[in-house]
Amino acid sequence: MSSVSPTSVAVPPQDDGPAEPPGRLSLGGLSVNIRQSGIYIAFALIVVLFTVLTDGALLQPQNISNIVVQNSYILILAVGMILIIIAGHIDLSVGSVVAATGAIAAVLMVNYGVPWPAALLVTLVAGGLIGAWQGFWIAYFGIPSFIVTLAGMLLFRALTLTVLGNQGIGPFPDAVRTLSNGFTDGYLGNVGLGPLGGADVFSLLVGVLAVAGMAAAQWRTRAARARYGQTVDPLPVFALKVAAAAVLIVAVVVQLARFKNLPWVLVLLAVIVLGYSLLANRSVFGRRIYAVGGNLQAAVLSGVKVKSVVFWIFVNMGVLAGMAGIIFAGRLNQAGPTAGGSFELDAIAAAFIGGAAVQGGVGKVVGAITGGLIMGVINNGMSLIGSPSEQVMLVKGIVLLAAVAFDVWTKRRAGAASR
Amino acid sequence: MTDHILRMSGITKTFPGVKALQDVNLSVRRGEIHAICGENGAGKSTLMKVLSGVYPHGTYEGEISFDGEPGRFSGIKDSEDAGIVIIHQELALCPQLSVAENIFLGNERSGRGLIDWNRTNHEAAELMARVGLRESPVTQVADIGVGKQQLVEIAKALSKRVRLLILDEPTAALNDEDSAHLLDLLRGLRDEGITCVIISHKLNEIIAIADSITVLRDGQTIETLDMAADKVTEDRIISGMVGRPLEHRFPPHESSIGEEVLRIEDWTVHSPAQPGRKVVSGASLTLRRGEIVGLAGLMGAGRTELAMSVFGRAYGVNISGRLFKNGTPIELRSVQDAIRHGIAYATEDRKRYGLNLIEDIRRNISSAGLRRMGRRGWVDENEEYKVAEGFRKSMNIKAPSVLSVVGKLSGGNQQKVVLSKWIYTDPDVLILDEPTRGIDVGAKYEIYTIINRLADEGKAVLVISSELPELLGLCDRIYTLSQGRVTGEVLRSEATQERLMHYMTMGQE
Repeated sequence: MSSVSPTSVAVPPQDDGPAEPPGRLSLGGLSVNIRQSGIYIAFALIVVLFTVLTDGALLQPQNISNIVVQNSYILILAVGMILIIIAGHIDLSVGSVVAATGAIAAVLMVNYGVPWPAALLVTLVAGGLIGAWQGFWIAYFGIPSFIVTLAGMLLFRALTLTVLGNQGIGPFPDAVRTLSNGFTDGYLGNVGLGPLGGADVFSLLVGVLAVAGMAAAQWRTRAARARYGQTVDPLPVFALKVAAAAVLIVAVVVQLARFKNLPWVLVLLAVIVLGYSLLANRSVFGRRIYAVGGNLQAAVLSGVKVKSVVFWIFVNMGVLAGMAGIIFAGRLNQAGPTAGGSFELDAIAAAFIGGAAVQGGVGKVVGAITGGLIMGVINNGMSLIGSPSEQVMLVKGIVLLAAVAFDVWTKRRAGAASR
Repeated sequence: MTDHILRMSGITKTFPGVKALQDVNLSVRRGEIHAICGENGAGKSTLMKVLSGVYPHGTYEGEISFDGEPGRFSGIKDSEDAGIVIIHQELALCPQLSVAENIFLGNERSGRGLIDWNRTNHEAAELMARVGLRESPVTQVADIGVGKQQLVEIAKALSKRVRLLILDEPTAALNDEDSAHLLDLLRGLRDEGITCVIISHKLNEIIAIADSITVLRDGQTIETLDMAADKVTEDRIISGMVGRPLEHRFPPHESSIGEEVLRIEDWTVHSPAQPGRKVVSGASLTLRRGEIVGLAGLMGAGRTELAMSVFGRAYGVNISGRLFKNGTPIELRSVQDAIRHGIAYATEDRKRYGLNLIEDIRRNISSAGLRRMGRRGWVDENEEYKVAEGFRKSMNIKAPSVLSVVGKLSGGNQQKVVLSKWIYTDPDVLILDEPTRGIDVGAKYEIYTIINRLADEGKAVLVISSELPELLGLCDRIYTLSQGRVTGEVLRSEATQERLMHYMTMGQE
């Protein structure tokens, strides 16, 4: 029976009147989509919870810096992973790729004395080639990504051991360690912030510029939308949202400035998040990722080169895994044979906690970052209050399950409302 | 008083926006073969789903009485327990399991929780002998042909002690020999006392086998004919199936036809599932600027296969033939090629192949034309919004905003989104596959108006439809397809349903 032959079934159409979208909460004119914002609310609650439990230690300057640095490589992986999950695939190999690329970087710099910029470039290219290898089998040969990357998990662990000769290699050049672990210099000296003590002027300046840039970009977007007759938030609501975001950025930056200036990985992360958010939302390529995950058949019949899209998101994942590999190795100052163990699970969990759908087609870069931070805060907060590791795992497992259960539940309600 | 095994009375089934069945009555005598005829969309399959409990009791109005008992089935399990088994057009077999395993699937021959393989295979062999299936019970279902798979389904039904067997288009995918065998088998089952209800498009088969016929049209019972008492011919059935008034269902339109835009020559396509089987063979068609051309054919005639294979080889293997765009030969190796050459194909199954249901109207409309909207690989989101908003107004898409999710729209509005998406690619040729399937009468009229407008803009439109009145009301010229071959080309002025039906059934013995 050919799959395209028409059936004589009268296709039951779905409901005719567009109903109030379910899962929306009205708070005095401020309408919030729970399904989309739930993750941010949850993040805020978790931060508040651990701030209380740790008597404020969670938000101390040094600890904020720690959370960023300790989770940076998972967050970078989560950005690559969310694109793959949006396209309806999965990558189980990223932990091994982190180890393999870290090993390559170490051998190049430590054993062969290759200058660090060249070594980093070669490592990123190696990551890309690893991604291309997996992308080829998945996109062009048609093997499910689960299988290809499960094999990759073993293959690239084997590659790691071979490259390292079964032993850790280090130490790394200072530049690499600074990227992973270091902070921006106090270019402009310090300034007193009254009761908060001294803080780095340069970091504060960056924070102020970030806020200004964010506000300007939001304002321009809003103005353009209004010009095209789209509905936009009323001015007070808009101002409130921007102000809230500004307060958040300033608070984090001030705390960081009071400690040791800005961690370099934070700068890198900010660039990655910004760049990939734009890629996902505004680029033709990004749109195609959503199209492939949302309805593969429809994407094919709309002229999307599905194979090429899938291939390139795996190449991209390889490059980002290479970046994470360098940062992780640089942080430990050693590339080890067991590096990156279970990173893939953390990255996948971050994506799903951040609102990605198991069937694909849904997800946001910022969501994945928030999902990663939720796990990071749980890790950090629980270790601050001295919880044993089995409790940390228990809580993280429950959070992951709850996040996906919430997603399924809101979707089912949406489905029921449209029937 | 006749002995009726089944009486369905006053069955009304409503889907939001569409009344699929309206006060339908069906009475089947014990031990007869009862055929149900009607065009695609007349409500045959819906009626059978009501009967078999796919639509559970309470989701429809009306009464079912089966063997004197009220039939209130809440699922297929219920109706099967009562002795009603339905065999769908798409067979529900597990290809990787053996014939015997399939026959007793869900009804396993077991003792103390373990499968009794001897009993399974022995009883399977007996049932297989009853249906004339000469294979070993341990053969994998994937290894036998469609005709034999059909027999496995019937054997499975017999294993459940079936009293009323419903077959939906049982011979649609079979060759002549297998069809003849199947019909013989049904006669044999009737003689054993099993009542059969058969849905079929092949009127010659129905006349050969049925004892009575119920004709459905537009979700209503038109008539029940007794083959013994009434003198029933194919023409008699056709006039029952199609005899509806045609006034005011189509907007008036006068096409101004220009030069040739697309010519398809000697187009042959092979099935990817069964290599060697031609689904389209040697078809030639011409489409002209400003012209609305129809493509008629029964189920399995190869209409969709023809369209999709032309649309950048989106279907089929071993495709041969020539394409000419504005007189110049072109090669369309991919969907991207087709779009670039100004060809658009709106699928018959918009939910599966046409739309990203979890995405909003705006992004669905832009999805095939992003190349036009993008600047150096970036999407201008404001432009995108403007374009979508423009289509929402011009196509009258009923939604609060273009940010509404497409999956929540009605069929008619979803179809308008699909059309918008393709119109935005600025095509010269639009192939519309069943553009009005599953949408209500009012929305159909709007779709017809849009099609006329496209033709007025100088586009060539090819409309594939199972509804002959639709083709007659809309098209300037109609091709008929039968078993992959173009069997006729009829101008609007000369076209009648009977004539089209004659061409469409040509070569179907």
